[in-house]
Amino acid sequence: MPQEAAPALHVRGVSKSFPTPEGGEVHALDNVSLSVADGSFMVLLGPSGCGKTTLLRCIAGLESPDAGEILLRGERIDGIPVWKRRVNTVFQSYALFPHMTVAQNIAFGLQMDKLPKEEVTHKVQAALSLVRLSDLGARRPNQLSGGQQQRVALARALAKQPEVLLLDEPLSALDLKLRRGMQLELKRLQQETHITFILVTHDQDEAMSMGDEVAVFDSGRIVQVGPPREVYLRPRTRFVADFIGEANILDISVAAGTASAAGIGPIPMDMWSGDAPPLTDAQHFAAVRPEDVTVSPDASGRFTVLDATFIGGDLHAVVDLGTHTLTSRQPAADAAGMCSGDRCEVSFRPGSLRVVEA
Amino acid sequence: MAQSTRVRGAKPGQGSWWAGLPGIAYLVLLVLAPLVVILIYSFLSRAKLGVGVKWEFTLQPYVDLFYSESLSGARSFDPTYVQIFLNSVIYSLITAVVCLIMAIPIALWIATRSPRWRMLLVFLVTIPFWTSLLIRTYAFVIILNDNGPINEALQGLGIVSAPISMLYTPFATIVGLVYSFLPFMILPIYASAERFDFRLAEAAYDLGATKLTVLRRIVLPAVRPGIIAGFILVFIPALGSFLAPELLGGGKTSMIANVIAAQFGASRNWPFGAALSVMVLVIVMLALVVFVAVARRTARRGSGQSMESLL
Amino acid sequence: MTSPRGTGTSLKNFPLFGPITAIVFAFLYVPLLFVIGYSFNSNRIVTVWKGFTFDWYVEVMGNDDIQRAVINSLRIAAISTILSVILATGLAIGLLRMVRVGRTAAWSLIMAPLVIPEIVFAIGTLALFVQIRFTLGVDSITLAHTAFCIPFALLPIRARLRSVDLSIYEAAADLGANEWTIFRRITLPLLAPGIVAGALLAFIISLDDFIVSYFLAGAGGTTLPVYIFGMIRNAITPGVNALSTLLLLASVVIVTISYVIAIRKR
Repeated sequence: MPQEAAPALHVRGVSKSFPTPEGGEVHALDNVSLSVADGSFMVLLGPSGCGKTTLLRCIAGLESPDAGEILLRGERIDGIPVWKRRVNTVFQSYALFPHMTVAQNIAFGLQMDKLPKEEVTHKVQAALSLVRLSDLGARRPNQLSGGQQQRVALARALAKQPEVLLLDEPLSALDLKLRRGMQLELKRLQQETHITFILVTHDQDEAMSMGDEVAVFDSGRIVQVGPPREVYLRPRTRFVADFIGEANILDISVAAGTASAAGIGPIPMDMWSGDAPPLTDAQHFAAVRPEDVTVSPDASGRFTVLDATFIGGDLHAVVDLGTHTLTSRQPAADAAGMCSGDRCEVSFRPGSLRVVEA
Repeated sequence: MAQSTRVRGAKPGQGSWWAGLPGIAYLVLLVLAPLVVILIYSFLSRAKLGVGVKWEFTLQPYVDLFYSESLSGARSFDPTYVQIFLNSVIYSLITAVVCLIMAIPIALWIATRSPRWRMLLVFLVTIPFWTSLLIRTYAFVIILNDNGPINEALQGLGIVSAPISMLYTPFATIVGLVYSFLPFMILPIYASAERFDFRLAEAAYDLGATKLTVLRRIVLPAVRPGIIAGFILVFIPALGSFLAPELLGGGKTSMIANVIAAQFGASRNWPFGAALSVMVLVIVMLALVVFVAVARRTARRGSGQSMESLL
Repeated sequence: MTSPRGTGTSLKNFPLFGPITAIVFAFLYVPLLFVIGYSFNSNRIVTVWKGFTFDWYVEVMGNDDIQRAVINSLRIAAISTILSVILATGLAIGLLRMVRVGRTAAWSLIMAPLVIPEIVFAIGTLALFVQIRFTLGVDSITLAHTAFCIPFALLPIRARLRSVDLSIYEAAADLGANEWTIFRRITLPLLAPGIVAGALLAFIISLDDFIVSYFLAGAGGTTLPVYIFGMIRNAITPGVNALSTLLLLASVVIVTISYVIAIRKR
């Protein structure tokens, strides 16, 4: 996707370490750079403790980076205190002020900008109707459901019309059903307001369904950035392949121009994805999605089925490769009657294997 | 706009440690400084006239704790003050033990009520603590009086023919001390008992234990931290009590506090009063050290509660 | 719960604990009831009941010395409450941001007035004031009361402060509030119930104090408890009971309000 618009936010070489109780240091962010296009929905994805929330807090001004620069529309903001930055945050715990009504909560940020009274009232109403809570302005936060509190937190941040809205795992406290609804709601809000959203999550489904772009974090570094589909189809590293969707990781060795997978044997050239990096005479890892693996019953096959589970119309099979295992997901019809202990052969869909970095 | 300064207040709104400085300074001036003055005074000489001290170093106040001088100047061992210290410690220990015996049943009984009742009952236990100690002590001046309600009742029932003298005895002092500090024993034991999982008692019954065995072998060990905390919370203030011995003991059963008060009042011997105070502080410190040691040992045995949480 | 409620309850009960509890509660309250009851006795001899009267209340309320003592007590309690609450609020905030060593030291200092025997604290303060030639009276009592009111004011404020979700402050800063605005519009309102509860407790502690006031009263600093002590020493009349009843009433009412605030706002 070409990005002609200037980036709303630019993070350049940001690092941040925290002292550990044992006296050591953890590198929460290690030389992280990221560019977020204006009006886009960026998702920071990664397991807990990978640094994604730290980056969000550095952008908000709640943490100060040890090194690097953060630019908002081309201007450095990393020296500006949190209360002066034109970015706002939706907190994981919502952080609604318990002693204020919903309307007062939303008005708070506007009053900090010293807006005239009528304008505050007007904007509070607009924000409430944006999140469809127009009738609840007089309630206290503790009189609202979790989903409603979430909307108030959103309205409170959006009312200030920030340059960038930061969302820190905003849906993690909601139950599954509500979460689906709120995902659509967030997407709608982002499209209606044209505000740049940066959302932190550890839930890959959430990242895939909401983000225009996904930045995948692994131990303090961004390992891949791109549109969700792109990241799914073309994982750059073993970690990305494994974290986004499921993947089988194969050990590949190359000898005399032929690539072999440990436990399987030579891999024909047409199995490799066309745009994958070229193979050299070295150790490699290859990723293949379970749905690209076919397990066929074969009495004289080289492998043993460890487990075969039929879920709906699908067969989920686990095959013993000696040192490790291979998982497949295929239509049940292809392998009717297969059970664990059976002998089998495996094959890959052409163009489905990708070389990934360790 | 490049700025090299780091963002101030990385933890916004949580304030700073210096918010506590005025309070600390105040306490240094009005809690620590008085103790230092006492310590200094205890090494100074007695003022010839009026209040205060004479700025002349001496160990005389500490010598006076153990020895007295006759008019001829001969120095001999005088057990008066040692005896008073001993009395104070004994009274305080008796007080703590009596409080303990009363507190265990009531603490356990409250802990086994429903949460609503528990709140109310605990509140009822705390109310006396928040009322004036003077008035609570005065109440027993009335009750233990020769023609007070107890003697009236005993005579009315024909149990005794003449009033029993209860007021101005060691008995009256101890009753007053128990009454003053009983809530301090009940509350920590209750706090321990409330956290006790009574399913453990059910398991013990299931294994064939009788009520007495369950109480002795399951419940009491579990509330041990509360008992230790309660013991110290009663013992320390009892040791420094002024009002109960003053109003109920009637001068016949002086405790340390009354002797100290006398040095700063009628006797006008401030250095000696200061030395007595230092001794009281030493005893309190020793009691605390013993308490912490016992509490640590209990904690290590795995009763599983921190003592700090009870204090 | 697996066991039926009835069985569980009876197994939890130990024989005699109920009656002993009743006796202990009687022990805690009956003496105070006697104080109150005899305040309506028309006989000059407190413990010999003659008839019902309000005369003693009329008499003590009309007494100039008592009025002065009451005014002294209220003034001391009010000022030391305000001072101790301000200092305790600062301490509560400061304690959370102190490093471990500093916090332990500060905590020992704050709690010291509760551990040091009151008589030692009283004569120590007396010696200090005499040493620096500070005139004894209402002011000296106020200063000393503030010191031992601080721990009582601190506990509910600290409990309240610790219950606040830290991201609330971050949210306020994120929405554009600076440190002072956060303190004024977020921290203080959130602490308000704790501050009120702490203030009420500090007020009672000051109002009821006898020993420190007794030693620091000087010429013009007689407080109500000091006056009552003098009455008890001289001649016990139902007037003492009437005054005591009023003081008891004040304490009970204030502590009840504090308790209600504490549980309602949790």
